[in-house]
Amino acid sequence: MNEVLGILSAMLSIGTPLMIAASGETVLERAGVLNIGLEGVMLCSAFFAFLTDSATHSPWLGLAAGVVSAVLLMAVSSAFVIKFACDQVVTGTAVNLLSLGITGSLFAFAFGKTGKLVAVESVPKNEAFLSLNPLMLLAAAAPLFAWILLTKTRWGLAARGCGESPESVSALGFSVIKTRLQASGFAAVCAGIAGSYLTIAQTNSFAPNMTAGIGFVVLAAVTFGRWSIAGTVFASLLIALGYGAQFWLKAKQTAIPYQLFDALPYLSALIALICAGRSSSAPASLARPFSPK
Amino acid sequence: MKRQLIFYALAAAIAAAACLIFGDSVSIAARGAFADSFAVHRTLVKSAPLALTAIGLIVAWRGGMFNIGGEGQLLMGALACALIYRLAPNLPFERAALLAGSAIAGGTYALIAAILYTKRGVNIVIGTILLNFIAMQIVSYAVRGPLQEPTHSIPQTASLPRELMFGRPNPQTDLHWGVLFAPVLAVACSIWLFRTAQGFRIRLVGSNFRAARAARIDADKHRTICMGVSGAIIGLAGGIEFLGTTGYLYDGFSPGWGFLGIPVALLGGLHPLGALASAFGFGAIIAGTKQLEAAGRADSSLVFAIQGAALLLFMLAQAVRTSSLRASSRIVEGSDA
Repeated sequence: MNEVLGILSAMLSIGTPLMIAASGETVLERAGVLNIGLEGVMLCSAFFAFLTDSATHSPWLGLAAGVVSAVLLMAVSSAFVIKFACDQVVTGTAVNLLSLGITGSLFAFAFGKTGKLVAVESVPKNEAFLSLNPLMLLAAAAPLFAWILLTKTRWGLAARGCGESPESVSALGFSVIKTRLQASGFAAVCAGIAGSYLTIAQTNSFAPNMTAGIGFVVLAAVTFGRWSIAGTVFASLLIALGYGAQFWLKAKQTAIPYQLFDALPYLSALIALICAGRSSSAPASLARPFSPK
Repeated sequence: MKRQLIFYALAAAIAAAACLIFGDSVSIAARGAFADSFAVHRTLVKSAPLALTAIGLIVAWRGGMFNIGGEGQLLMGALACALIYRLAPNLPFERAALLAGSAIAGGTYALIAAILYTKRGVNIVIGTILLNFIAMQIVSYAVRGPLQEPTHSIPQTASLPRELMFGRPNPQTDLHWGVLFAPVLAVACSIWLFRTAQGFRIRLVGSNFRAARAARIDADKHRTICMGVSGAIIGLAGGIEFLGTTGYLYDGFSPGWGFLGIPVALLGGLHPLGALASAFGFGAIIAGTKQLEAAGRADSSLVFAIQGAALLLFMLAQAVRTSSLRASSRIVEGSDA
């Protein structure tokens, strides 16, 4: 029983940032923008949440700072891919490099290279049961909000149109650029919360490059979920189960090399993509820049 | 053209401002990269893996395959060297066998992503990135498990004997003859991509696969070929690093060459010869940052920030260029009507 609870707790803990970030990313990809820089945005918000938390001893101020930093970084990246119609993969790679460099340098500058773990204040947790924390509510709220946004509102219809045929949306009098920027703003807030969660709720600390591929796993989850909110939630939970199993199997001290468990989230994401196969559900104009005539 | 010049002037201005504000740091970095033969050797040693990974990436990107998996392919190349040396340390042409093994391993690892893309439609960017993380875990396992050095005290593989390593013109520096692979492969790949029929077909598939299909060119075949060659070159980069600098494999073997090569390739104009030039520039930045780190002025991760910023600035210049092209073509259209 304890083991099941342990896996469940690990699964919830890692599933929360996955689901929050994936909700934002789904909305953004439905609007036609592939955010390869998600990893960098999450790392950036993780660092600034950590930095603010360590200065003010308030995880909530940390969360706010993390979200603000994510929005600022996404604003730069969106200016490139949406406004200037730059290549989305290249811009995303630049954002990842930039974020890795800036957070690594600032961390070394502010905390030195002592290798000592700097602990910060965590959000309140229910230690007695599954170490539940209030941010987990957002893991339920974010997909619900994204779903209503995408499927029940006029804006969502326009956004989905931007992902399928931006020319038509533009011809109907909507601004593709504006709609995509708004989607990007929502994705930024989600990525900011998810990134901050890593430092203020999960590890209570920061290490250079601590996201270690979570952003890319989220991208894989959106693809595996076939760009629907429900599918993405399912994919995120499945991958979170992979993380949960990793902690459990490590604790079991089996003869299987632990690196296999460390590779499990990436392997499960890759296998998920292989199973998803070629699907026609991808937004037709995903990663295609749009420049108004 | 005018606007483009403005952006190059802007880049120069930013560099000049950096010199004014961080004057002594910049001069430490510059001395670390160019001051004497030691510094130049340091720059060249860092340029070689940058150039080789960039050339490999260019081959794939020209064929429309966004290979972001350089890190994994490079690690697989180095791992193959460690494995072959462990299994057969006394082959007649051991060094050649190690290098061939590294190219084959890197190529095979890239082919996994290519086949997943062509057969199952797995996005090449995400596929290669996920394979990077898997490769890191494979290396982590190998250096603690089956390939660990005989005393089993440090997580690394057994060191190559000196006579198997590349020769060094000056034994006091790390510069090795393996760096010569970079210019040779740059020329070879330039000829292959821009002067042969197959290179043309690959570029056609990459720039307009519908036109390629209309010309009855098998797009998937050419995508697979360019990914395989791309991975082989990057794997070879890992083998050359292995035989040239360390001689053993460990967790931090690659400081991220596979990622660092991406801006090098783009700023080199996606041309192998251009990549050679931009690799030298970024090699100097890495060598300079190393010096700054030794002086306690910066962290080595600063290189990533510089690269990201350079990449963004470069794209901004390109965006301005294309938008001015669009504007001028609109003028032409207008005059026609």
